[in-house]
Amino acid sequence: MPFLFDIKRYSINDGPGVRVTVFFKGCPLSCRWCHNPESISFKTEKLYNKSKCIGCGSCVAICPENALTLTKTDGVITDFDKCTLCGKCAEVCPTKAIEMSGRDYSEEEVMTAVLKETNIMDASGGGVTFSGGEPLMYPEALKSLLIRCGREGIHRAVDTSGSVRSAVVEDILDHTDLFLYDLKLMNTQDHRKWVGADNTLILKNLKLISGHDKEYHIRIPLVEGVNTDNENIMETIAFLNGLQRKPTVVGLLPYHNIASKKYEKLGKTYNENGMAEPSKEKIAYIHSVFIENRLNAVIGG
Amino acid sequence: MFEELKIKNNVPERKAYQEGNFYTGSTPKPGMNDRIRTLREESVSTPASLSIERALIETAFYKENDGKYAIPVMRALNFLEICEKKSIYIGTNELIVGERGEKPKAVYTFPELTCHSVEDLHVLNTREQQRYVISEEDIDIYRHEVIPYWEGRSQRDRIFNHVPGEWKAAYEAGLFTEFMEQRAPGHTCMDGKIYRKGMLDFKREIEEEIAKLDYCNDPEALDKEDQLHAMAISCDAIIRLAERHAEKAEEMARHEKDPARVEELNRIAEVCRRVPAHAPRNFWEAIQMYWFIHLGVITELNGWDAFNPGHFDQHLVPFYQNDLENGTLTREEAKELLCCFWIKVNNQPAPPKVGITANESGTYNDFTNINIGGVKPDGSDGVNDVSYLMLEVIEELHILQPGNSVHIASVTPNRFLHAAIKVIRQGHGYPSVFNPDVYIQEMLRSGKSLKDAREGGCSGCIEVGTFGKEAYLLTGYLNVPKILEITLFNGVDPVTGKKVGIETGDPRNFTSYDELYHAFHAQLKYIIDLKIKVNHYIDRMYARYFPATFLSVLIDDCIKKGRDYYNGGPRYNTTYIQCTGLGTVTDSLSALKKHVFEVRDIRMDQLLYAISVNFEGEEVLRQRIINHTPFFGNDNDYADEIAVKVYDDMFDLIDNRPNGKPGGKYHLNMLSTTCHNYFGNVMGAMPNGRLAGKAISDGTSPSHGCDTHGPSAVIRSLSKLDQIKSGGTLLNLRFLPSLLRRDEDVAKLGNLIRSYFAQGGHHVQFNIVDTATLIAARDNPEEYKDLLVRMAGYSDYFNDMHENLKQEIIERTENESF
Repeated sequence: MPFLFDIKRYSINDGPGVRVTVFFKGCPLSCRWCHNPESISFKTEKLYNKSKCIGCGSCVAICPENALTLTKTDGVITDFDKCTLCGKCAEVCPTKAIEMSGRDYSEEEVMTAVLKETNIMDASGGGVTFSGGEPLMYPEALKSLLIRCGREGIHRAVDTSGSVRSAVVEDILDHTDLFLYDLKLMNTQDHRKWVGADNTLILKNLKLISGHDKEYHIRIPLVEGVNTDNENIMETIAFLNGLQRKPTVVGLLPYHNIASKKYEKLGKTYNENGMAEPSKEKIAYIHSVFIENRLNAVIGG
Repeated sequence: MFEELKIKNNVPERKAYQEGNFYTGSTPKPGMNDRIRTLREESVSTPASLSIERALIETAFYKENDGKYAIPVMRALNFLEICEKKSIYIGTNELIVGERGEKPKAVYTFPELTCHSVEDLHVLNTREQQRYVISEEDIDIYRHEVIPYWEGRSQRDRIFNHVPGEWKAAYEAGLFTEFMEQRAPGHTCMDGKIYRKGMLDFKREIEEEIAKLDYCNDPEALDKEDQLHAMAISCDAIIRLAERHAEKAEEMARHEKDPARVEELNRIAEVCRRVPAHAPRNFWEAIQMYWFIHLGVITELNGWDAFNPGHFDQHLVPFYQNDLENGTLTREEAKELLCCFWIKVNNQPAPPKVGITANESGTYNDFTNINIGGVKPDGSDGVNDVSYLMLEVIEELHILQPGNSVHIASVTPNRFLHAAIKVIRQGHGYPSVFNPDVYIQEMLRSGKSLKDAREGGCSGCIEVGTFGKEAYLLTGYLNVPKILEITLFNGVDPVTGKKVGIETGDPRNFTSYDELYHAFHAQLKYIIDLKIKVNHYIDRMYARYFPATFLSVLIDDCIKKGRDYYNGGPRYNTTYIQCTGLGTVTDSLSALKKHVFEVRDIRMDQLLYAISVNFEGEEVLRQRIINHTPFFGNDNDYADEIAVKVYDDMFDLIDNRPNGKPGGKYHLNMLSTTCHNYFGNVMGAMPNGRLAGKAISDGTSPSHGCDTHGPSAVIRSLSKLDQIKSGGTLLNLRFLPSLLRRDEDVAKLGNLIRSYFAQGGHHVQFNIVDTATLIAARDNPEEYKDLLVRMAGYSDYFNDMHENLKQEIIERTENESF
């Protein structure tokens, strides 16, 4: 069963046309700049939005484990040693200040949600995008959904970090129309530092995909202090130009510090140390270098 | 943080520049050249004022002549008198000429319909929003010359003296409004006939009809003769008005030193001697032709929606092409003339409204709506070079009026749609977008011929009609959520404690949702019947006492039938009742159904108590409803099925009922203008968590802020309504500028529109302004004087709107990048 944290409609930044994006929960990487921190854990998580909370105490009253305390300064505090993530607090919360993120979806449920967008997918040349988290961490559920969508004639994109076993990639190649492939850093040590894992598998799988006839786009987050240096950009370009087939699009995604609120909801703190938004000039410069090197780079997308 | 059980306004903190806002608050592109820049600036900066000229001419004329002539002839002679005596204005550098009042932005009063009191005039002169300047001296003249004659004789006085008590009670409670109490019914559009025929041709047709009258056998022959005679006088009146402009231009030319301007003034004189007496021969004359017709209609009476040129681009393109081929016109000159026309429309603020009508329609906008694109009468693509020129004019002028709309049929090229979206993304709230494929079916369903339906379109806000052939009168808004409100209090208005409905039972005794719905349905029927009864009366009042003899010349088949526009003369006679607040009523019913009757986590008495105290001390309950109820606009069948049921029931209660004119029928309409705000003001809290006094939902849009699944879910919900059964639905969507930054985003919005239209959508309009900008504009009105936003059915200056309307716009769900 797919374990998801969201299904979003009118998604216009995840591939061609207007799409439905299906977000799998759980990721082998933990990029420091991650915009969807709730996508990292493979477990259900509890989100708490203090600004929505009106302090009614309904959650405290219902909690079977007595894990919740209402405080003047910090709102509702959860004792995660006691909390079993049963979700009763979220059910009774009148304002949805508490929400549970991540649950099993039936395949039917996903398909029903996807098919609701049929008309606009058709009108726009859009489709469905499986994203995450890392959708390839759920190879069976993903493959089954890809096949179902294929039967419905829906264009299928898989948004992946590539940090998975190659056999898994090979297994879905035939059932995918487009890969959106993230490429963050070329230097292995740096990759480990910022992303929390090695990039060997990522580069290997990218070579694998470029050796087949599937369309793929590369997506590069541009984070100042992390990967916008000349060395990394030139290495990236060299690697992409050395592939058997070049990507049709290289999307340059400038980093924005907009996710800190989400970290707060998860009870985590966002560590922005060493990262910054790249300047407009820097973005334009990097873009021009890609173009000069015959790569179809676009900003955004 | 827990002292107050109140949720903060969760408006995201964001800065406009970070969103790449297209609206910068800077001076917009002011026009293509010095002439247009000056005329535009004059139009924008001149305050609206009241002119008592028409009232004085009319009063003197009535004092001398009342009782001498048959009523239609009297009205026509009155119109002739005004055209003979009104002051003529030709502004510096104008090319298209003619103002209703003595100068731009001067608005006439129509004391025969509404005789403003001295107090009204003071209010109009001093109120904060929609102010109309009038001098103390003029007020004094009005007090002595105009008011004594019309007081007690005006149409408004007579209507309110007649209407039954239960109607008055319902009207005062805000269960519905009444369109015709201050302004005449108009609601119609011009077709292409005035570009083929001049007023002298119409006069000839009228004379032929008079010659055919059969006094021996036709009992109506005398009435017809009076009517036709009056129509012929009206033709003379408008020709005379044009001639006086020619005389004025010639006079000005004699004193003008600049030879270039002398040439222009002589050209103006030539054009005004040609049109409207004869059919126009070129682009300039065609525009001036329409403008005189427009002036005639808005001077004769103060009909709603001013007047509309209909498919103006299609009407103008033959002249445009011909002139280009002859070498007598360049593209730039054509654009300049269009700009002059646009500014002329902007120079005519709506006639002043007072009382409830001012609340329901609080704007200077008089709802002239230029239809651009669409289909030709043979069904083929109607987009042409003039359509693109018009988009340029709209984008560059950036003024309040005229309203404008693009018509996107399946046959319409994407190039045109995308050009229109690029104007939309400037964030001025226009053009709005209509779907001819659906509205043509709406018209076919209500009995129009295919050709007439294709020549039709939308006027005013979103209402459809066949242009040049139909009277499609809007009679007032129905406050559907308020009908549910009185149902919950057994026919009593909880705001005033007065009984305004019928007794349908104490809801605390209802055991099922069906029982509740049944009671609501009974109240709905009662109120609609009440509305229709009085509509008929007012309708006849206009037919008898205030025939529109000039408008009748223009609308087929008034001449042929020898009947007035108000008296069944048009080929089609439609009456609309505009049902407002579908989102609010749906969400309230959904909350009642789920929480009271199904899940049963809230008792009826508990909920009734909560709404009667405006949820004070009941915030937990309110939040539970807001966050745990399926609401309309999320592609959720639970809520959407309720919306469909209410919509279908309103349709069944209104559609096809006779309207008192031969063959005339009632139809359902779903527009709201600003009335959803007035309606909200007269209501207590509602079961959907809406607080007392807050706006109800507009048109067929979801309740503000309740559509949380993105625009494609909204359009899916809306498309579950069989929109072809209505005479128009209205959907507002607010987009963040960031959602339209790239060209491919323009294409994707185009896809959204196409997708909605493929699923049966009638209309959609967009506000492309981010929340931070709106808040900044609210807090610093001086810096955002030119911020135009989309209201329900038209654009308005943000800072000309009432505070609660501003708040409503801010609270509309903004669709962000997902």
